[in-house]
Amino acid sequence: MRIAGKGLIDRTEPIKFSFDGQRYSGFKGDTLASALMANDVRLIGRSFKYHRPRGILTAGPEEPNAMIEVQDGGSQTPNTRATVQEIYEGLTATSQNRWPSLRWDMMAVNDLAAPFLGAGFYYKTFMWPRAFWESLYEPLIRRAAGLGKLLPKHETATYEKAFAFCDVLVIGSGPAGLMAALTAARSGADVIMAEADSLIGGRLLSQDGQINGSSDWVKATTDELRALPNVRLMTRTTVIGAYDQGTYGALERVGLHLPGQPHLPRECFWRIVAGQAIMATGALERPIAFANNDRPGIMLASAAQTYLNRFGVTPGTQVTLYANNDNARTVARQLMADGVKVAAILDTRPDASLLEDCPVYLGAAITGTKGRRSLSSISVRHAGGEIQIETDCLLMSGGWNPLVNLACHQNARPVWREDIAAFVPKPGMVPGLHAAGAANGAFSTLACLTEGRGAAQAALEALGMTAMTPDLPQAGDEPYRITPVWDVPGKGRAWLDFANDVTVKDVKLAAQEGYTSVEHMKRYTTQGMAPDQGKNSNVGALAVLADATGRGIPQTGTTTFRPPFTPVSIGALGAGGQGIGFAPQRFLTSDQASRDRGAPMVEAGLWYRPSYFPKPGETTWRQSCDREVLMVRSSVGVADVSTLGKIDIQGRDAARFLDFVYTNTFSTLPVGKVRYGLMLREDGFVMDDGTTARLAENHYLMTTTTAAAGQVMRHLDFIHQAYCADWQVRFISVTEAWAQFAVAGPLSRRLLNSLLDEGLSDFPFMSCAHVLIEGVKARLFRISFSGEAGYEIAVPTAYGEALFRDLLSRAETLGGGAYGMEALNVLRIEKGFITHAEIHGRITAFDIGMARMIGKKDCIGKAASLRPGLNGPEREQLVGLRPLTDVAIGAGAHLFNPGDTVHREKDQGYVTSVCWSPTLGSWLGLAFLQNGRARHGQRVRLIDHLRKTDVLCEVTDPVFLDPEGAKLRA
Amino acid sequence: MPDLIAKTALQGRGPITLTGITLQEADPGPLTSIACFPGTLAEVTARLGGFPAPNSTLGNLIWTGPEQAFLIGQPAPDLTGIAAVTDQSGAWTALRLTGPQASAALMRLYPLDLRTAQFPQGTCARAPLGHMQSVLIREPDGFLILIFRSMARTAWHELETTLQALEARVTAGV
Repeated sequence: MRIAGKGLIDRTEPIKFSFDGQRYSGFKGDTLASALMANDVRLIGRSFKYHRPRGILTAGPEEPNAMIEVQDGGSQTPNTRATVQEIYEGLTATSQNRWPSLRWDMMAVNDLAAPFLGAGFYYKTFMWPRAFWESLYEPLIRRAAGLGKLLPKHETATYEKAFAFCDVLVIGSGPAGLMAALTAARSGADVIMAEADSLIGGRLLSQDGQINGSSDWVKATTDELRALPNVRLMTRTTVIGAYDQGTYGALERVGLHLPGQPHLPRECFWRIVAGQAIMATGALERPIAFANNDRPGIMLASAAQTYLNRFGVTPGTQVTLYANNDNARTVARQLMADGVKVAAILDTRPDASLLEDCPVYLGAAITGTKGRRSLSSISVRHAGGEIQIETDCLLMSGGWNPLVNLACHQNARPVWREDIAAFVPKPGMVPGLHAAGAANGAFSTLACLTEGRGAAQAALEALGMTAMTPDLPQAGDEPYRITPVWDVPGKGRAWLDFANDVTVKDVKLAAQEGYTSVEHMKRYTTQGMAPDQGKNSNVGALAVLADATGRGIPQTGTTTFRPPFTPVSIGALGAGGQGIGFAPQRFLTSDQASRDRGAPMVEAGLWYRPSYFPKPGETTWRQSCDREVLMVRSSVGVADVSTLGKIDIQGRDAARFLDFVYTNTFSTLPVGKVRYGLMLREDGFVMDDGTTARLAENHYLMTTTTAAAGQVMRHLDFIHQAYCADWQVRFISVTEAWAQFAVAGPLSRRLLNSLLDEGLSDFPFMSCAHVLIEGVKARLFRISFSGEAGYEIAVPTAYGEALFRDLLSRAETLGGGAYGMEALNVLRIEKGFITHAEIHGRITAFDIGMARMIGKKDCIGKAASLRPGLNGPEREQLVGLRPLTDVAIGAGAHLFNPGDTVHREKDQGYVTSVCWSPTLGSWLGLAFLQNGRARHGQRVRLIDHLRKTDVLCEVTDPVFLDPEGAKLRA
Repeated sequence: MPDLIAKTALQGRGPITLTGITLQEADPGPLTSIACFPGTLAEVTARLGGFPAPNSTLGNLIWTGPEQAFLIGQPAPDLTGIAAVTDQSGAWTALRLTGPQASAALMRLYPLDLRTAQFPQGTCARAPLGHMQSVLIREPDGFLILIFRSMARTAWHELETTLQALEARVTAGV
């Protein structure tokens, strides 16, 4: 019910929303919780395990009960806290964890079975038969328990992430935070103030308290801060973790309080790096555990104060207050001042004041509550006897817990303060983080203001800045006065952890069964493991445990506080990484020209390369591939090979450096020549292969495979920096600087002669030269990955697309054309050339028949490559395979001796690459076979369990075509 | 026979302006990497008239690594014997981001402190733009970003998405 004239809501802007299909109206500035309360909706959800009816307990992000699902344009966000979700026009929310409806929940039968469902029940009961746990028991239990549901759909909403830097990060905007920000800002520091709520002011907005004799101080201070260029106020931003070196994670609710809009992120995940930070996070009021303390209508006194002063809503018509401290009485007084009837104040202390405008009972204990879906009455035992009180709203206050979470994120433990019965941070728990105000155990407004200013001054001093000293405004400094009460004896379950349905009895049971460590108790009972992470229950539960084990609270200690402080959606953490945002896409200069010709693209690392170039009438990739292979073998083909890594190496010691990184020698390579090189890792296995050209005396150009380009660059950098930093050698990637095209086939020379400004004279296999194409500088290499007479021609990338289109049209006039990755692969298998399918990381030079390439000189990996077991007949060695019958074979198949059982102990090797060879009219395979080089001409049985292939193959030399290399050199 | 036509990676993709920030492809002209050989920094510095300190620019020279710089917008002098000189023209796509909020946009993609006082004119950094390595250079009205040519479309997409989100925030008033 609304109270006229109260609150910070905008009554000129009504907002319509729905909850469980029912339409309601609230005002701008309402949370879903305040708007539902204004509409007298008290039953909001069902509890996790027992499906108990639950209402609203708090008015903040710690809410354990009022969790709902928000339906938003086809997506559904579960476990949304109604106390955080602001209403907007058209907001659609539904309750969760109930069937068929919130009022009539069939699973509430669990509550009747409660005596059997205590902590540890599942583990003890569903032990046997063992296999049933995973297949039957756990799925059943999971279906009955639990909170909101995710839709089994991809997340498509927009999220954002961002970085921010400042001198002073102020976390929280209550009196301590505001005073800290003001001090730091006036002193000239770059200040970020992060406030989880939508408004600046923190607890001051709830208390309706006076500073400097009026309630304008928050607004005046906020206005001053907002006007300063060195201050950034971030509302709806929760700092969720304190990380190393002054880095804080923060989650900003950007669009969650608005109807969906294109491109507007739902949330933004911030990484804020601060020179110093001030933890002015305030404190949370704690509930009291008494019998049936979880009915809708029972809430924290501080929450009622927020609903009254911030939202102009009264939580009931006949209110009772149950408290153990002076502080909470303000709430009852304010309610009465606004005309709300307070039935009684129940003070647990026998010696507290009796002077209030309503009945006060001292030494009071609530022994029971009634009301099925909403509170109707309570039973109270007090110093003078026992009474029943008719009440629809019970406010409880068990004192306050400073929010020490951030200070504990680097594993330091808070200390217990007996006078306020609470854990407080100690200095230095997180370097550069200063606690101030209620977060530091200072509970009066004046104390908060004082500590805020002091913390800012300490932060500024640490930054080496001169701190200003703003005057402190006048504010209340009432004493707190608390006598701790954790649980009240009574008949019935008394809840500690509302979110996970953990009661006093469960914690006592844990202690009784030997789980006396607070960490063990937590795991045994699941206390503190729900979405609220025990914000409402940790201290209460460990106090009960301390009592049950006969230890003190400080000896019992707390469980570990870990980030995030409040739930963070994975979408926000992974912002930008959805779909194509997962990794960069790399496109060739020929990309559009290939797509123009209908080429489907295949991903090679991050690159997109044309798979094949379909011609009219071709319906399968094989038809195009076969044609392209035969085209290269008979006329001329053009392929973009720019993806290969290219590394420019210069300096007097370039040759020496190459001799060191390659197994073979490059210092003897004449200028204008190219040589194939093999590179080992330090462990002696093959890392990469490629050709390297000597462009000038002290200038080489290395090529790497596409896949290993980055790895080789890193390898070279490491070798240079670790072993020969003083050598005169420098290298840099030029992969992106040159577009390079393979021109292969018997007519390749003719094509090039039509293109180059000066015709080719003598240019034997493995030559390289600088040439000109229409005046553009270009590099020509006579190398071949197809086994045909072949060239690769490189131009600066700006000219790549033009040259590719030109090469294609020239090739087509000669009866040739473009070929894609499929044909390129067939051509190289026919010729027995290896790729990373073969040199996959477990292969030595010996295995691929290149042991002789490891020369007399030393090189990286040489010593390790000579270790026993890396050379010899026990090794699986590269061979060719040809099926004896016309059966398709596949890579990944395994090889067995004919007659052996097909069993892994008999495994003789495996197939790495296969193709149908249109040139040879046969399936071909490259494989690693034990002692394979000695077995050419023998037969092996190829078994492919995946494709159900079982075929005898002949073992051959891996070079199927032109083993003498006559075509290459033609 | 027509001449070979040179194209930039994003040729034809027009400038876009969102929330007062303009994103466009720039043509940096010639781009050369100059890497001093060991012990030649003084000589190279004398020949070039200076050499940029780490994370800074000096005229047309942009620091890109220890004793290494990119010379941008003009042909490289002959440094034979004292430095490795490598043509990088066309290897890097240049994207220019201008507008008062340009640093706010880039601080969604770069984990860097780009506030004017911390990253003033004359500063540059080799830093990742999302998952891509890049060279980031402060300019009078914004930033110049050098990115691998093959990744230009992804870089454009990331920047455009960032600007769209920023504009949506302005429209929504958050």
